[in-house]
Amino acid sequence: MTAAQAAEKAGGMPQLDPSVFEPQLIWLAITFVTLYFLLSRIALPRIGEVIEERRDRIQRDIDEAERLNAETERAIAAYEQALAEARAKAHAIAQEARAALDAEVAEERGRVEAEIAERTAEAEAQIASARDAAMAHVDEVAAETAAAILEKLIGARASPDELRQALGRRGAGE
Amino acid sequence: MPDPMHQFQIQPIVPLEIFGFRADFTNSALFMVLAVVLVAGFLTFSMSGRSLVPTRLQSIAELSYEFVANMVRENVGTDGIRYFPFIFTLFSFILASNMLGMVPYSFTVTSHIIVTFALAAVVFLGVTVIGFVRHGLGFLKFFVPSGVPAALLPLLVVIEVISYLTRPISLSVRLFANMMAGHTMLKVFGAFVVALGVLGGWAPLAFMVAFTGLEILVAFLQAYVFAILTCIYLNDALHMHH
Repeated sequence: MTAAQAAEKAGGMPQLDPSVFEPQLIWLAITFVTLYFLLSRIALPRIGEVIEERRDRIQRDIDEAERLNAETERAIAAYEQALAEARAKAHAIAQEARAALDAEVAEERGRVEAEIAERTAEAEAQIASARDAAMAHVDEVAAETAAAILEKLIGARASPDELRQALGRRGAGE
Repeated sequence: MPDPMHQFQIQPIVPLEIFGFRADFTNSALFMVLAVVLVAGFLTFSMSGRSLVPTRLQSIAELSYEFVANMVRENVGTDGIRYFPFIFTLFSFILASNMLGMVPYSFTVTSHIIVTFALAAVVFLGVTVIGFVRHGLGFLKFFVPSGVPAALLPLLVVIEVISYLTRPISLSVRLFANMMAGHTMLKVFGAFVVALGVLGGWAPLAFMVAFTGLEILVAFLQAYVFAILTCIYLNDALHMHH
């Protein structure tokens, strides 16, 4: 009968039987040291590597994404600048065209107005000369008429000079 | 009624002798080997894919790695990472032993005070050596609390020393007592189920089901407590915080 069986018979705790201490301690040392070496040399570094690798990969991906994002933002900024420039250019062109058109219109108007003024002046001159001519004929007609009247009334023939004098006096007397 | 302590019996399987020491391969040794095979095998097998996007098993291995690594980082700091493999070994060995013990008819390695005490003693001695190597004799200041009246100092130093020396005892007894009490309880209630038979056995059976759940929680919790207390002791030795 071993000490362990004796302890069991006595109803005590098998854990307090000193005869089982030695083999347990030896096997604990063997197994624990084995596990320590297996884990610290093989298993744990492997897990650590995988986790580290994943962390690096994620970091790399995040960096890459940030780089691409910055690039996109630069592209957007460039596009917007180009757009603004194009808009300004278009505006300038429109302005220029409008100015050119305005100038042309003004020129044309000036030309047309000058022509109108010229024609008006011409017409006025014609009218004036026509009037002068008419006025000159009036004296002549008046003298002839006066001579004819005189002849009918008194039967005398007045010389054209006398008639002209009389008419001129009358004209001056007014 | 069967003896509830029978499950803790050490049964030799292969009588052995190594260098004059009695090194019988017992049921206890068998379950220690099983724990090693389980832990090392799982961590190696689950990581065999080394995939960037982990499989389920690989996730579990990575989670356990991160769990212990965070525990060390938070409780010891970055210079504690050197001791991470030891803490991980300690945690996984105790966890595997506790969980294997939950299998019916198996043996719970950690239900033996000599095993838990040996683990606690390794932690205690290791931490003390680290403390003296790190701080020289200055490590003795750890036992002198700061900001107390000089008259009280001798008494407090004695108390500090005693509390330091009882660390391995509390550490080992906590794990051992939890395991033994839980398994004894399960055995006792198991015997009740049989004794009360089909008519009355349902109540203790229901209790046993619930209690088994609790025991699985305790199995995890005690491994965690052992590991985190080791971290705290290590932190004391490295940084002498009070």
